[in-house]
Amino acid sequence: MTRQIRLLGLGLIVCYAILFVQLNRLTVWEANSLNNNPINTRAILRDFSRPRGTITTADGVVVARSVPSEDRYLFQREYPEGDLFAQVSGYYSFTLGSSGVERTYNDELAGRTPGLSLRSPSDLFVAKDRVGNLTLTLEADLQRIARDQLGDREGSVVALDPSTGEILVLISNPTYDPNLLANHDTAAAAEAQLLLDADPEKPRLARTYQDRYFPGSTFKVVTATAGLDSGKVTTEAPSYPVTSSYTPPGTSRPLQNFGGSSCGGTLFPILRVSCNTAFAQMGVENGPETMISAAEAFGFNRAVPIDLTAPTRSNFPTDFVRNLPALAQASIGQNDVSATPLQMAMVAGATANSDGDVMVPHVLRDVRDTDGNIVDTYKPKVWTRAMQSGTAQIMREAMIGVVENGTATRLAVPGFVVGGKTGTAQLGTTPPRSHAWIIGWGGRPNEVPSIAVAVIVEGQPGASEQTGGQVAAPIAQAIMAAYLRA
Amino acid sequence: MLRAVRRNTELGLILVGTLVTVGAYLLASLARDATIPANIGAFLGVVLGLQLVAHLAVRRLAPDADGTLVPIAGLLNGLGYVFIVRLDEARVEPKGLAALQSVWVMVGIAAFIATLALVRRVRDLEAYRWTIGLLGVGLLMLPLVPGIGREYFGARIWVSIGPVNFQPGEFAKILLAIFFASYLVEKRELLAVSSRHLGPIPLPDLKHLGPVLLAWGASLIVMISQKDLGSSLLFFALFVTLLWVATERATYLVVGVVLFGIGAFFAHSQFVHVQDRVAIWLDPWKDPKGDGFQIVESQFAFSSGGITGSGLNLGSPGRIPLAETDFIFAAIGEELGLVGATSILVAFLLIIGAGFRIALRTEVPFERLLATGLTVLIGVQSFIIIGGVTRVLPLTGVTLPFVSYGGSSLVANYVLLALLMRISDDTAQREIAR
Repeated sequence: MTRQIRLLGLGLIVCYAILFVQLNRLTVWEANSLNNNPINTRAILRDFSRPRGTITTADGVVVARSVPSEDRYLFQREYPEGDLFAQVSGYYSFTLGSSGVERTYNDELAGRTPGLSLRSPSDLFVAKDRVGNLTLTLEADLQRIARDQLGDREGSVVALDPSTGEILVLISNPTYDPNLLANHDTAAAAEAQLLLDADPEKPRLARTYQDRYFPGSTFKVVTATAGLDSGKVTTEAPSYPVTSSYTPPGTSRPLQNFGGSSCGGTLFPILRVSCNTAFAQMGVENGPETMISAAEAFGFNRAVPIDLTAPTRSNFPTDFVRNLPALAQASIGQNDVSATPLQMAMVAGATANSDGDVMVPHVLRDVRDTDGNIVDTYKPKVWTRAMQSGTAQIMREAMIGVVENGTATRLAVPGFVVGGKTGTAQLGTTPPRSHAWIIGWGGRPNEVPSIAVAVIVEGQPGASEQTGGQVAAPIAQAIMAAYLRA
Repeated sequence: MLRAVRRNTELGLILVGTLVTVGAYLLASLARDATIPANIGAFLGVVLGLQLVAHLAVRRLAPDADGTLVPIAGLLNGLGYVFIVRLDEARVEPKGLAALQSVWVMVGIAAFIATLALVRRVRDLEAYRWTIGLLGVGLLMLPLVPGIGREYFGARIWVSIGPVNFQPGEFAKILLAIFFASYLVEKRELLAVSSRHLGPIPLPDLKHLGPVLLAWGASLIVMISQKDLGSSLLFFALFVTLLWVATERATYLVVGVVLFGIGAFFAHSQFVHVQDRVAIWLDPWKDPKGDGFQIVESQFAFSSGGITGSGLNLGSPGRIPLAETDFIFAAIGEELGLVGATSILVAFLLIIGAGFRIALRTEVPFERLLATGLTVLIGVQSFIIIGGVTRVLPLTGVTLPFVSYGGSSLVANYVLLALLMRISDDTAQREIAR
């Protein structure tokens, strides 16, 4: 029996060794992913009974703050602006977890980063509540203009600084009031969540960076960039034939201009009038590889490194090799091309960047300690190079032409240099409805543009190329005017 | 000489363990409201006092017994108690579990002493083998009796007589271990020789195996009808290992594992509650707020604890349902971290080591087999529940010996401990006599 008992002991030691290994998995190896699991509200419970930093816009408006509460959590998270910044701040809920800046900068807000928790050696011994206060890059007055301009219409507005990637405006309609979800009354919060999630318009979805749309003609900026960068297109040549339809190789079905109108010519005129036939031909002549790499250089098909939760990536198809008709459609922003409004703002931003770069988009400006000292500043970083700087310069000239004498005249801000591109993504419905797009940028004369904007207004009546210029351009114009004149 | 060393070691270890328990109690209170608890002196007195009573009883009733079992059990019991207090007080409306548990600790120590006093020689138990076996099966069946049987959390393992609720299964496992051991010791030679062969596999005579199979089958059927998978697994492990150790025939181990496989497959195909448990084990993330909630929260508890833990009363283990009983190990993992949880594992390994050492040391086959069985009970039960909580195994609700809240479990495990002590003492006395 002795041998069996020894073996039994050995067997149990193995069993307990397995338990020890599993303990290590749970507490060390997989601890991070478990702690960051969205279902995990444990860290929040811990943080709930402590004060938490405020979130403020660049112009000093409080977006989120903690106020003392009478219940077991001691502090209630409050969003004084209601739904205005919901898709940036996110919510901070005991039962429902957190999202947005509340989530991505949770450690800073809770005062858990080394720079915050150990400001001086004495902090090791004194239980002082250190929290981090966040300053956002967003401007509350611009955000309000965007909201008022959108009004009841569904759509998104994104504005950013092309040289830094700082996001100035990020709003979409519909949205929601994060106060409902942050409610300590868990039943009320759960009901609010249920109601929001049951809404077919999905108000909790930040359409600005979590939803995708056909970019329509705004995508022609990418096609033009691809042509210029590859050397196949210059401002002089080629001159595309003036025609009302273009039949890509490999199909007999022609692609037509809206309403059967005829257009053609060199780059500047075809961009001014948003000529479908010319850009479809340009895309096919650029070839699949050039088009795909150009789109990806703008950030398509790549995860967006924004400091917000669950950004979605924009798509440009990669299977054109034997399907040139599809490439022709994709070149004018149709087929399977889809982009977030944020992505299209970055397209505008790249043309407005002196080096043709897309900067990493971000909403955080700096982190300050309780005494107001800056402990951390977001340093602008290049995300991807979209085009050569010479190409960017040509594109700016071309886009200025669109505003001065093309489809985007309503984007003009007197006294400033403004460029843009309209888009109308037909939804193929009867009566015809479209997503109205505008992308653009503005700046002082002889300076690099200081703001880039993308606006989409969804499901507008009409399908002509004018829709984007008529519906979306005034919204972008109002924001740029306010920003440039300030 | 050895006697003095053993008892003085025991006393020393009790003092150290008490220090840990009282320190934990103090820290939990400091973390809660930054005060030193008013009853800290009384707490120290009771924790130390109870263990000293057990210690003095051992000095008198089993002076040559192993000196590590009582302090380790005392430490596990003490830490478990601190967690029960901490978990219950964190409730909006405390259920008074701590007060109840302290009563159970006293009853447990009393049962420990009574066992040592009543069972003066382990061999005496052999004479009552059939009575004990029948009593064991009877206790197992008790919850099925209409009127007194009660079902909680889907398992019908409770008996309620008047104001007293208890789980007879906790006691039945010890009785059945005694029965198995004594029966197998007598028949082990008959079982080891095989009259017939099934291909290359030697088959024992069914006549001798019958009663054991019957007892095992009965307990399994009861387990399945009571939906108590953890105990079922425990009995199976007990049965197979004892048969193997007694006969020294690996065939029994192989056949046992195969039988277990068949049983598990059958149970999985026939019983929804078994399918549920397995499905939750395989993928708790499928329904993390419903079926998988407990195990998902348990994993979050460990991960938030990290290596050193959040500190006593600084975590939120109360979020896990049944944190005082089945999931107390997760609470320890959260607040004492990998370090604390590993200490608990080591404590159980020390008990297992002491148990097997006792088994190896005695030359009386019955004592050896019984010590093995009792050690397997405690070692496997701890493995089953810790494995369930950490998602190594499907979760089957059993208590963590000495740590979890629960009177039946605590009292039964103190009785089990007393039997191990008694075997250890008997052996040492015989060695001295030689």
